[in-house]
Amino acid sequence: MINLAALEREAHSIYEPVALDSRSRDLRRLVVRALVGGGRGHLGSALSAIEILRVLYDDVMAHKPEQHKWEDRDRFLLSKGHGCLAQYAILADHGYFSKAELDRFCRFDGILGGHPDAGKVPGVEASTGALGHGPSIAVGMAVAAKLKGAAHRIFVVTGDGEINEGSVWEAAMAAGKHKLDNLTIIVDYNKLQSYERTEIVQDLEPLTSKWESFGFAVRNVDGHDVEGLRRTFATLPFASGRPNAVIAHTIKSRGVAHAEGDPAWHHKSNMTAAEIDGILQAIGD
Amino acid sequence: MRKTCLDVVYDLAKQDERVVFIGSDLGAGTLDQFRDEMPDRFFMEGVSEQNLIGMAAGLAMEGFIPYVNTIATFITRRCYEQLAVDLCLHNLPVKLIANGGGLVYAPLGPTHLAIEDIAILRALPRMTVFAPCDKEEMARLVPQTLDLSGPCYIRLAKGGDEIVSDAAHGFEMGRAIMLRQPGKVLIVGTGITSTRAMHAAKELADEGIECGVLHMHTVKPMDEAAILSRLDDVELLVTVEEHTLVGGLGSAVGDLLLDKAPASVSRLLRLGIPDVFADKYGTQDELLEYYGLQGPQIAQSIRDVLNGAGEQVA
Repeated sequence: MINLAALEREAHSIYEPVALDSRSRDLRRLVVRALVGGGRGHLGSALSAIEILRVLYDDVMAHKPEQHKWEDRDRFLLSKGHGCLAQYAILADHGYFSKAELDRFCRFDGILGGHPDAGKVPGVEASTGALGHGPSIAVGMAVAAKLKGAAHRIFVVTGDGEINEGSVWEAAMAAGKHKLDNLTIIVDYNKLQSYERTEIVQDLEPLTSKWESFGFAVRNVDGHDVEGLRRTFATLPFASGRPNAVIAHTIKSRGVAHAEGDPAWHHKSNMTAAEIDGILQAIGD
Repeated sequence: MRKTCLDVVYDLAKQDERVVFIGSDLGAGTLDQFRDEMPDRFFMEGVSEQNLIGMAAGLAMEGFIPYVNTIATFITRRCYEQLAVDLCLHNLPVKLIANGGGLVYAPLGPTHLAIEDIAILRALPRMTVFAPCDKEEMARLVPQTLDLSGPCYIRLAKGGDEIVSDAAHGFEMGRAIMLRQPGKVLIVGTGITSTRAMHAAKELADEGIECGVLHMHTVKPMDEAAILSRLDDVELLVTVEEHTLVGGLGSAVGDLLLDKAPASVSRLLRLGIPDVFADKYGTQDELLEYYGLQGPQIAQSIRDVLNGAGEQVA
């Protein structure tokens, strides 16, 4: 019998870290700015998703920062809401709100909480944080777009630990049933959940086959390779009449060498000035 | 009651293109006419309640008005986080239609008995909770839900329930209906316990004990004024619910008295289901009797208190 999980795991080993360009480093510095502002944050979870969000907001999605409820916008849901520092960085950079808000992250009167709140943050479509909710909401949005004959698309970023949730697979079945080729689910596959490696906590492999078996057209991509991400998203929909899944192979805490791949950096609080300096130095200029 | 409710949803869908229906895996033939005439807005999504609610939320975020229907226990317990986060936190106009509230599924056992649904939904900000008493009242309620801006829960009874509501009383969400004017006793009921309360009131009236019935079809937001305005006139206030005594109608009334009329707390008698899982099967009526919630038993509980023999809950 073929060990599909082992085969797919082996195939994932081709991804080698690529150098981060100045924009990726700038966005990471915005993440650190919020981290300092709030004195806490899910650093590792945000840094693995930076390039995914950057490419979506810079190159893929139709959106208008000055008119964030624009009817024809592509919808984006950060289902892994704890990775919100990445979304706050890119939204602030695009002008959805002032970068000064980053300094008030998690503060009493701030709009940017430890999980994104659609009622407070321009550009956030749905409040997330409880895991496994984004895919079903996205299914509803994608069905709504089909009902209206609207051309906009729906993008969802999930965590890898997040897809332990059964609700994700309920949504996946529904997406396949309704042939939602206007829906793209991107798995930020950094292979490290809060406690340990995903392989140890709840192995997801064979992940490509899993999504395919739910009716998705699947692409694997280096989740930090900006050009690779652009090329992948440029071919959406991957197959007519099938929902899209992008398995983005990432590195937790990418860009901060001493934190990469270390589960201790999933969430950080009470950081010293020296630790912050260390992070900024690791990110570089 | 269920058929009436779904028939009204069909009518609403015919009139308003924003209305969509989402079921789980309902009985064969459910809303066939809806499916045949408006297939694009009819969804039967399988036994996946979490996804049903999330999907309804996504549709509502895009301007649709989803009516979601499945068995009461599953539309509450199974997807509680989706109700809290997807619906209530976003304040979306999703209507939950819950088959078999209370003890309706008596023969199926405790997995199917929705006896804490009101308590857990009442605890969610922005959730409106309805428990109409019969199908005629259901027909008056459902059209009004169309324009409700937030989520709501509609608790269905068994069906074929005795008609005690009256069109002459009208229907307004959040406004309780005095089915029978109070005397020294006022019973507050919700759902089909208002019917049992009417039976008790008639029995007591025959003995010279005038007893009113206030039907609280909207448990949340509760019509506080309807209760507070009557407190001076009644000796005994009684709540009757087909629900655990933990957190339901009786608790809501108790909270109200504690907060706004603490001197009246000792005049409150709460009747409901004790803090247990049902250990019997049978029928809804048999279980109601088992828990002392049929008309004659309600009357006896009231007599006991008035005679000084009863144990007052408060």
